Amino acid sequence: MTHFWEQQLNEIRETLLMMSGLTERNLALSIRALVDRDDKLCDAVEAEDNQIDQLEIQVDEMVVGYMATHGPIAKDCRLMLTGSKISNNLERIADQATKIARRARDLNSEPLLQPLIDIPLMGEIAQEMLRDSITAFVDANVELAVEIVARDRSVDSINKQIHRELTTNMIDDPRTITRALHLMTVAKAIERVADHCTNIAEEVFYLCKGEDIRHDQTLKGPTA
Amino acid sequence: MNLLKPQQTPISAAINSRLAEDEAPPAMIDVDRLNFFYGAQQALHDISLAIPARKVTAFIGPSGCGKSTLLRCLNRLNDLVDGARLRGGTIKIQGVDIYHSDVDVIALRRQVGMVFQKSNPFPKSIYENITFGLEIQGIKDRRQLDERVERSLRSAALWDEVKDRLHTSGLGLSGGQQQRLCIARAIAVEPSIILMDEPCSALDPIATSKVEDLIHELKKKYTIIVVTHNMQQAGRCSDHTAFLYLGRLIEFGKTEKIFTNPAQKQTEDYITGRFG
Repeated sequence: MTHFWEQQLNEIRETLLMMSGLTERNLALSIRALVDRDDKLCDAVEAEDNQIDQLEIQVDEMVVGYMATHGPIAKDCRLMLTGSKISNNLERIADQATKIARRARDLNSEPLLQPLIDIPLMGEIAQEMLRDSITAFVDANVELAVEIVARDRSVDSINKQIHRELTTNMIDDPRTITRALHLMTVAKAIERVADHCTNIAEEVFYLCKGEDIRHDQTLKGPTA
Repeated sequence: MNLLKPQQTPISAAINSRLAEDEAPPAMIDVDRLNFFYGAQQALHDISLAIPARKVTAFIGPSGCGKSTLLRCLNRLNDLVDGARLRGGTIKIQGVDIYHSDVDVIALRRQVGMVFQKSNPFPKSIYENITFGLEIQGIKDRRQLDERVERSLRSAALWDEVKDRLHTSGLGLSGGQQQRLCIARAIAVEPSIILMDEPCSALDPIATSKVEDLIHELKKKYTIIVVTHNMQQAGRCSDHTAFLYLGRLIEFGKTEKIFTNPAQKQTEDYITGRFG
């Protein structure tokens, strides 16, 4: 039997899914804007960000309203806590997408520093992490959640590699400094996206199992 | 709704006609500066609130705050208490002053049904519990009675559980089922408003959950007012909440607002358990 209040829980889940859909789209657009050097895509990412911000507020209002009026316990209580945190992580991923889009616009006005290989690769991994973290949330898939946590190190590793390469470029040719710094910022933003996806996966684990795996280094992949 | 005595039908017709024009009446019940006494003791002080139609309104507050008194004023059940009387103020249901001398109290109580704290089915069969009020109304046709019994029991989410034993005693049902039978009995006479005085206080969590689901379902058709000591129940079930203290209305508003950001410190202290 479905109780009337389950509808309200579903509304929170659905709002999170809507938010994750928009965030995924914005992240994908921001990376495409960089790779395709397309300013229109940059504009689209920036325009959409406000909607994601509003959804974050909406989720928190729903969570506070439900907590105050329903006194949720056990898994419902964990859903309240994780729902708010997931929405906060999604909003910050969307902010990183906006940051990438802004840097992409700056880079588009200058000649290409070098063919973009590692950044799109990092972007792909981060996008997949985001997709999977939401799948793990929807399917209550703890195995997938743990796997996402382990992927974070590979993104960190690529980021460090990009930083090394760009630093070398800047030392060799100071005229590249501005573009290199933009690319470093983009790489760092993607690395942050992966961190937020890891946070979401950890929240999913807590939601499903009631166990906190944050800061558990054994679950993360080998260090670079 | 016609609450007036039969000879008053023109007025009633005028009221009904006016209501028909107004698709969304602002309030089903208007309580205005109500003062109520038990003998010399004033139980309610200047209560004013507008209870919206087809919503659940919860009355909350500590024992003795007047919430049950206010509830029982809404169908004049307090008339039966010696020395109880209204001294100033009005209660209007769909614009009709229910304390006006022309109001037919029996008709009022038919329109404003009541479910009590302790389930009180008649010592009759399940079927007869439902048909009792209908037969008093003069409905004798068997087919019509059968149809109303089924509809009422279905509305009370009880039909599937009792359809094979309609002619067994209502007292043989569990506490939760008896309470839903009382709700079915109340809605059989097709009221507009259902008053519930702590309807779940004697029920276990599963039976409580069923009654709460039922309340949520019933509000599509009825205006429901629930008195409860259970804060979570008020939160879960109601759309609006009125907090009363020492016979005064401290705060009235949307439940989500009252429970997340009440305007009055007394309300906050009460709902967070810091009262006193």
